[in-house]
Amino acid sequence: MSHLELDDMLGKGWRKPAFVKNSMLRWTLIGGFVAYLIAAFMTIEVNWSRVYEGLDRGWAFVLAFTSPDFISRWSDIWSGLLESIVMTVASSVVGILISIPIGLGAARNIAPLPVYVICRGIVAISRALQEIIVAILLVAIFGFGPLAGFLTLSFATIGFLSKLLAEDIEAMDKVQAEAIKASGARWMQWINYGVQPQVMPRLVGLSMYRIDINFRESAILGLVGAGGIGATLNTAFDRYEYDTAAAILILIIGIVMVLEYLSGIIRARVQ
Amino acid sequence: MPVLEHEDAQIWRRRTTGQSLVRWFGWLLGVAVFVYCWQIISASTTWFFVWDAPRIANDIWTRATPPKWDYITQLGRPIWDTLNIATLGTIIALFLAVPVAFLAARNTTPSALFIRPIALLIIVSTRSINSLIWALLLIAIIGPGVFAGVIAIAIRSIGFCAKLLYEAIEEIDHTQVEAITATGASRWQIMAYGIVPQILPAFAGIAVFRWDINIRESTVLGLVGAGGIGLQLSASLNVLAWPQVSLILIVILAAVMISEWVSAKVRGAII
Repeated sequence: MSHLELDDMLGKGWRKPAFVKNSMLRWTLIGGFVAYLIAAFMTIEVNWSRVYEGLDRGWAFVLAFTSPDFISRWSDIWSGLLESIVMTVASSVVGILISIPIGLGAARNIAPLPVYVICRGIVAISRALQEIIVAILLVAIFGFGPLAGFLTLSFATIGFLSKLLAEDIEAMDKVQAEAIKASGARWMQWINYGVQPQVMPRLVGLSMYRIDINFRESAILGLVGAGGIGATLNTAFDRYEYDTAAAILILIIGIVMVLEYLSGIIRARVQ
Repeated sequence: MPVLEHEDAQIWRRRTTGQSLVRWFGWLLGVAVFVYCWQIISASTTWFFVWDAPRIANDIWTRATPPKWDYITQLGRPIWDTLNIATLGTIIALFLAVPVAFLAARNTTPSALFIRPIALLIIVSTRSINSLIWALLLIAIIGPGVFAGVIAIAIRSIGFCAKLLYEAIEEIDHTQVEAITATGASRWQIMAYGIVPQILPAFAGIAVFRWDINIRESTVLGLVGAGGIGLQLSASLNVLAWPQVSLILIVILAAVMISEWVSAKVRGAII
């Protein structure tokens, strides 16, 4: 289109430019996609009569949201919720504390090569393994209970925060750090006065975001025995006590909303 | 500027005495909360198992190596199911997320007072509940299987995709929309020619990004019975077939890495 002069285009209709410009590639992509969709639909076995039977139960569950039952299982809900919150707080604190040195080590402009490789390796391992799989292994090793959940969440926090912190450090303004170095600062002083002030707002924001994620994750760790509200929720589903399950879900959504709101305020203040 | 008088000399300080006192109490409170949380975790932990952990870990490691390589012949179908759960779930989620995003964006919502809060509520509630919990719920409603997994992934992804998409819609260049409006275009024509072309790259990026996350999540959905390779994982864990478990974990790791690579490539090509 761009090579044509205006005179050539006069009197001709206009067509929207395609999203993928190469027409061969475009039709191959579309064809492959349609073929995949057909293959996928052919191999999914859906028991429609079972789905149809389930609709009543689905509706009962939706109705349960209008009359959630907080009271009859309150002691179970409360102990599960408390355990989730405790795991979130403890793992966030420990995870953030450990991820700061690893984040420093994983930034190429600060760390020497061997340290960089080791720290990047830790980050890669932590990010590749899902929380729930780590939780299964840690439950097998450390036994049931919140300790396994705490370790899982700390481990996941390290991968998440270190990577983003390292990227932020790598993108920082070198001039300020150099100015501190030129004043004769030791290494610790250099980090403290040259690097830390530049990355602090982002570190606080990311930490708040991670606390939010940790709480959401702590709600499922109970499914594999790693403590938290997940076990209570699973039991409620198994016993078809939809009103209790609805109450738990409402609590989870409420806490996540509060956390998001708080983190929004804190992030607005530090930035 | 806060200063400290010391032997008739003024020494620069960062904070006044009041400010540092407030900070000191803040830290004290934080440490107290952490110690309290740690005590709760510690109280519900069987410490004997923890001291025994290195031996157990070593034991599991010797049982799990070498992986049972020939078991991979039985994993073809579960991997295909996992891929289907992630892909179909993402597609359904995108179809549902687009209208929600348009209703939630400030510049396209029909009513900022009534409809926008509802759209935001859908986004928050689907986002704050993990796909494993959605899967649990759907299994109770429509029975176990791949279909429950697809729907669970779809519901979980709506909030995520709609949030990113409505932020993209709110950031569009308004002059283009005005230009289309000035030609006398109808509401839908403005949408199709003024807004959609601007958010299409963001949309494609979000789709691929979420697909990558969904591959991760769908590998563990089977733990609660929603199909995919997680079913094999939980079956192998239940019979303590550690060589199979280690092979499945390797396969999951490979799948996660491949999907991350694909998504990075595609996003690089789009942006």
